[in-house]
Amino acid sequence: MRVIVGEGSCGLAAGAGKVYEALQTKLEGIESASLGITGCVGMCWLEPIVDLYNGKMLAKRLVHVAPEDADDIAAAVQSGDLSLVDRITIRKEDEDFLRKQTRIALRHCGVIDPADINDYMADDGYQALEKVLGTMTPEEVIEEIKVSGLAGRGGAGFPTWFKWKAARNAAGGPKYLICNADEGDPGAFMDRAVIESDPHSLIEGMMIAAYAIGAAEAIVYVRAEYPLAIVRLENAIKQAREAGKLGKNILGSDFSCDMRIKAGAGAFVCGEETALIESLEGNRGMPRLKPPFPANSGYWHKPSNINNVETFANVAWIILNGGDKFAAMGTEDSKGTKVFALTGKIKRGGLVEIPMGKTLREVIFDIGGGIRDDKEFKAVQMGGPSGGCIPASLLDTPIDYKKLSATGAIMGSGGMVVMDENTCMVGMAKFFLDFTAKESCGKCVHCRIGTKRMQEILTRITEGEGREGDIELLEELCAAVKDGALCGLGQTAPNPVLTTLRYFRDEYEAHINEKKCPAGSCAALLTYSIDPSKCVGCTMCARKCPAGAIAGTVRNPHSIDPEKCIRCGQCLAACRFGAVSVG
Amino acid sequence: MNTCSCSKSDLTLVDKVLEEYAGTPGSLIAILQKAQAIYGYLPADVIYRIAEKTGNSPAKVMGVATFYTQFRLEPVGKYMLMLCQGTACHVNGSERIAAAIQEELGIGDGGTTEDGLFSVKHVACLGCCSLSPVMMINEDTYGSLTPDKALSIIREIRAKEVQG
Repeated sequence: MRVIVGEGSCGLAAGAGKVYEALQTKLEGIESASLGITGCVGMCWLEPIVDLYNGKMLAKRLVHVAPEDADDIAAAVQSGDLSLVDRITIRKEDEDFLRKQTRIALRHCGVIDPADINDYMADDGYQALEKVLGTMTPEEVIEEIKVSGLAGRGGAGFPTWFKWKAARNAAGGPKYLICNADEGDPGAFMDRAVIESDPHSLIEGMMIAAYAIGAAEAIVYVRAEYPLAIVRLENAIKQAREAGKLGKNILGSDFSCDMRIKAGAGAFVCGEETALIESLEGNRGMPRLKPPFPANSGYWHKPSNINNVETFANVAWIILNGGDKFAAMGTEDSKGTKVFALTGKIKRGGLVEIPMGKTLREVIFDIGGGIRDDKEFKAVQMGGPSGGCIPASLLDTPIDYKKLSATGAIMGSGGMVVMDENTCMVGMAKFFLDFTAKESCGKCVHCRIGTKRMQEILTRITEGEGREGDIELLEELCAAVKDGALCGLGQTAPNPVLTTLRYFRDEYEAHINEKKCPAGSCAALLTYSIDPSKCVGCTMCARKCPAGAIAGTVRNPHSIDPEKCIRCGQCLAACRFGAVSVG
Repeated sequence: MNTCSCSKSDLTLVDKVLEEYAGTPGSLIAILQKAQAIYGYLPADVIYRIAEKTGNSPAKVMGVATFYTQFRLEPVGKYMLMLCQGTACHVNGSERIAAAIQEELGIGDGGTTEDGLFSVKHVACLGCCSLSPVMMINEDTYGSLTPDKALSIIREIRAKEVQG
């Protein structure tokens, strides 16, 4: 029996490394057992996960595994009696999370060993590249991608074939193929998961694209914050080169293309393609004016094509299964599947891949299991700092580039952060403007100063200093920044403000006019108090209070001095009797 | 100021890196990354040396070094605590964790404790959103944090260091 530990970043953060070590010790000497790793299956809330396989058949999936469980797992594997680990087996309803998905980009994630090219090859790996190099012209490859309807999964949703064709037809050379793995949207981690769990899919997709456009060099620009992804990709590139899947005369053909990794250094704006190119050239990552587009003048001002990780991860599947099969899924405007990183106040958070056209409700409630602690759904944030907050009334919106844009949010790279009744929407807008103001590269005035002014206004509103006219001023700034900014970062930076204003204007008004935060989240607008009928006088809150604002003696009700209170909420967290309330 | 007198680093170390990249255009960021891996940060004299050898002005090198959040111009503590500021962490209470850490260590974002043990940095999304709120201390990631949990992790490290 094969014992496979899920070692993606999430799994490792949850303790998968220690589980692996414990299993290594306990499984030693059991001849029928072999221990291995896989990447991330995307069921992040159940980590660490250990899978028991009979050959290729998954016999049992174990969840929340602790190192102490290694004894039972070893006993189960040795005896063949898997009921010994029923205690930590995945529950039926949690299995639905995967069962309701359609996995193409994530098809190997959590299934194969990301460190072993043979595991990938055993699962149809590199057959698409073989088909392309052996039987297809570059034009036929581009045509197949056109038929599939694949669009850029990084967020913009631009047709992939069109970019490839533009780069192919561009005059001059050498041509470059670049993968944008600078996954900077807070709340999105599908690209990290693909690279960590299935790096060869990315390599294969990139080699096919390189052949289609005629590139001799491929570069993957990976975020510095993803060290494990870089290690796994380096290893995969080395293996692929040794196996003749990249480098000189790939698979014995005339086509040659090599690949290298460039580690980013931490700048959100480098997700913008021309800023990324500047960064690749060793400069500050500041966007260039477009046109010229990278297809004609990109890296070193040569024809370059840039796609996102998830886009490339679909390519081999499309070549093997046919573009029409991919296009059969989805809606009129949006074909195929899309991966979402479902997080926030959600019961089952993780990676979800579904055909386009499913509704937000299906993803959040059917797959994600709804809101944690059965609280009220308030909004889902999509598209990160470029996107917006979609309210409950629009939960039946189908997932489709155009339909999502109509809500004021965007498809984006696939971050889906779910918020409940306790999330303040003005606070959310401020959070994103804090982010964009910090990450603005400073090149154009509208973005540099506009985001800063919006951030200042949102800050004063959340601190109870909002003034009449602030909402109108925000709207004016939003319009100016949208129109005047040079690149996508600035042009979309107002979206979090615009959508919260559109759907949650009453919250802004409550902050400004009544100096109240309806979600009970903005610290400066809260009042903490202790209900004397519930307080048993345990003194816990008084001991926790860092400001010495709580008075009272043992076994007598305590009270909070609002003058001294710094509204940190520690008393609320400390009280075990529900006596502290906030309003 | 053409030469820097404020720091005296062993420049032979960065010279080796500069030799490795000599003649490779566009490698300034990679050179800075390697230099930081050697010295722990980017001392001023190292920046001047990189400028001199790569044919860039010190202003250009400094411009790149200050543009990217990864680069540090000051030495950091033995333990680098990176607190995630992603959306999911924000929604799940990272501000409370930040406040608790500040209370415990007496330093905020960008600070280093006087004993040189801890540095704190607020960082962009670490991509472990399902375990939010999350922090990393050097190479280790800690998830599902509460203020108390974060403090006990810090105290454990400190106790280990005190014992030697």
